[in-house]
Amino acid sequence: MNIEQMISQKVKDVPPSGIRKFFDIANEIEDVISLGVGEPDFDTPWHIREEGIYSLEKGKTIYSANAGLLELRQQICIYMKRRFNLEYSPIKETLVTVGGSEGIDLALRVLLEPGDEVLIPEPCFVSYKPCTIFAGGTPVVIPTQEENNFKLMPEELERYITPRTKILILPYPNNPTGAIMEKEDLEKIAEVLRSKDIIVISDEIYAELTYGKEHVSIANIEGMYDRTIVLSGFSKAYAMTGWRLGYALGPQSIIAAMTKVHQFAIMCAPTTSQYAAIEAMKNGDDDVQMMRSAYDKRRRLMVDRFRAMGLSCFEPEGAFYVFPSIQRTGLTSEGFCEALLKDQKVAAVPGTAFGEFGEGFIRCSYAYSIEELKEALSRIEKFIHKWV
Amino acid sequence: MKNEILELLQENSKYTASDIATMLGLDIEAVQNAIIEMEKDQVICGYSTLINWDKTDKKDIVTALIEVKVTPQRGEGFDRVAERIYKFNEVKAVYLMSGGFDFTVIIEGRTMKEVALFVGQKLAPLESVLSTATHFVLKKYKDYGVVFEENKKDERMIVSP
Repeated sequence: MNIEQMISQKVKDVPPSGIRKFFDIANEIEDVISLGVGEPDFDTPWHIREEGIYSLEKGKTIYSANAGLLELRQQICIYMKRRFNLEYSPIKETLVTVGGSEGIDLALRVLLEPGDEVLIPEPCFVSYKPCTIFAGGTPVVIPTQEENNFKLMPEELERYITPRTKILILPYPNNPTGAIMEKEDLEKIAEVLRSKDIIVISDEIYAELTYGKEHVSIANIEGMYDRTIVLSGFSKAYAMTGWRLGYALGPQSIIAAMTKVHQFAIMCAPTTSQYAAIEAMKNGDDDVQMMRSAYDKRRRLMVDRFRAMGLSCFEPEGAFYVFPSIQRTGLTSEGFCEALLKDQKVAAVPGTAFGEFGEGFIRCSYAYSIEELKEALSRIEKFIHKWV
Repeated sequence: MKNEILELLQENSKYTASDIATMLGLDIEAVQNAIIEMEKDQVICGYSTLINWDKTDKKDIVTALIEVKVTPQRGEGFDRVAERIYKFNEVKAVYLMSGGFDFTVIIEGRTMKEVALFVGQKLAPLESVLSTATHFVLKKYKDYGVVFEENKKDERMIVSP
C-alpha cells in the first residue's frame, strides 16, 4: 500500500504554511533575535494563572458542557456588552472554542457547500484559505493596499462578489498589517452586504489591542448583527496563547450548528483554561490596559525607526505588528528576510507568508522588550544601509 | 504627559529624552524641558541603579527593617522625629505607617552587629522613641517590581503566525 496515496488530495493540494518554511530556516541559526512571533511576550497575569491552578487543586479536571462552562459564557456576554456594546445570549448564541482558530474552522465547516466562495482580504492570518479549502469551499482573495491603509474597500468587495459568494471574512484589527476598520469604513462594507445573502465571519481576536481608537465590530452596524459571526479569544488580550481558548458569538442557528460539530470533534474546550478565563473576564481589564500601553510605546518606536531608515511604514493602529515596505531594497520579501537572517541574525516574517499580496513587505512583531526591539532595529538599519 | 514620562523613567532611567519622545509620540524638546522642570521641582529626586548585591563579591551588606514607636512632638507631629531619624547616613528609608507602630526605618550596614549597635546607640536612645523592633532581611526576592533570581528565557517559537 502506498500510504502517500491514501492522503486526501484536498489536503495534499494545500501548500505548507509559509511561516513554517521560514521557521525551519530561522531555527537552524543560533543566537537569532526574532521579530517573528505572533504571540505576546507577557506571561499570563498571575491572578489568572492562579485561578487555573486553584481549579486543578479542587479537582475540576472533568469535561465541561460542550458549549463551555455556563459561568464563562455568561461572563463573555457581560464583557461583550460592557466593552463593545454587543448583546448575546450565553445559552443560545455563545460557544467556547479551542482558541480563535477552532472558531474559524467551525464557522467555515457549518456554512460551506462545495463551490461556495469565501472572500478573504489579504494580507491576512494564515488559516482562512486552508480552512476554506478543507471545508470544501473556494477561497477568493481580495487584495488590500497600503495606500488604502490596508482596509477592505467597498468597491473592491463589490467587484469580487459573485452569485456563489457565501462568506466574507473580516480580519480586523489585522495580522500582519496592523490595520483596523473604523465605524465609517464598516458602514460602507455593510452597505454592500445588506442586499445580499452573505455571512460575515468577523475575526476580532485583536479587538482589545487598538491604539488611540476603540475597536468597533461590524455586528454593531445596522443590519449586520443577524448575519455576523464574531470570533475572539483570550490569547492576545490576556497573553493566554498556550491555554487555547476562544469563543464564537452569533445567530442562534449558526452557533447551534457550530456547537454540533464542536461536540463531536472536540467535546469541549480545556476546563482548566475555562476557569482561568472566567477570572480574566471578571478582573482582567487592568492587565489589558497595562499591556496595551506597553505595545503602544513599542509601536511608535518601530514606526519611527523604520521611517528613519527610509522605508515606507504604514502606521498600524491595532494588533502588535508593523508591516514596513522593503521595496526600496529591490529584494523580494523572502529574499530580504533570508538575507537579513543570515547577515544580521534577525528574523522577520516575509509578507508573502500572509498571501501573495504581502509581496514587498515584511512583518515585524513588537511583542518584545524595548531593549530587544532596539537591538533588532539597529541590526536591520545596518542591513538596509548595505542595500539602499 | 508628565506622568507618562515619569512612568517610563521609573521603568528604566536609562531611557533618553529621544527614546521617550518616540515612545510617547511627543516632541523631543517638550520631553527634555519637562524632565528638566521635574528635576528642578524635585518631582524627579534622583536616578539610581537597582543592584542585586548578592550576585557580586561584595558580601558585606546587611539590610534591616526596624519598627519604631515614637511619641509625636507637640506642634510638630511626626515630622520632626522623622527628620532626626532620616538624617543618619545609615538610614536608607523612613516611612510613616498606620497600624501597630509609627515608622518603618530601613537601615543598611556592613554587619548585623553594626546595625544592632546603630539601633542601640543612635536610634533607640532618641528622646521621642518609645521602642524599636529590628528585623534583618535574609534574602531579597523582588525589589522595586523586579524579581531578582529570575533568569527568564524566551521560549516562544522563533517564528509563529
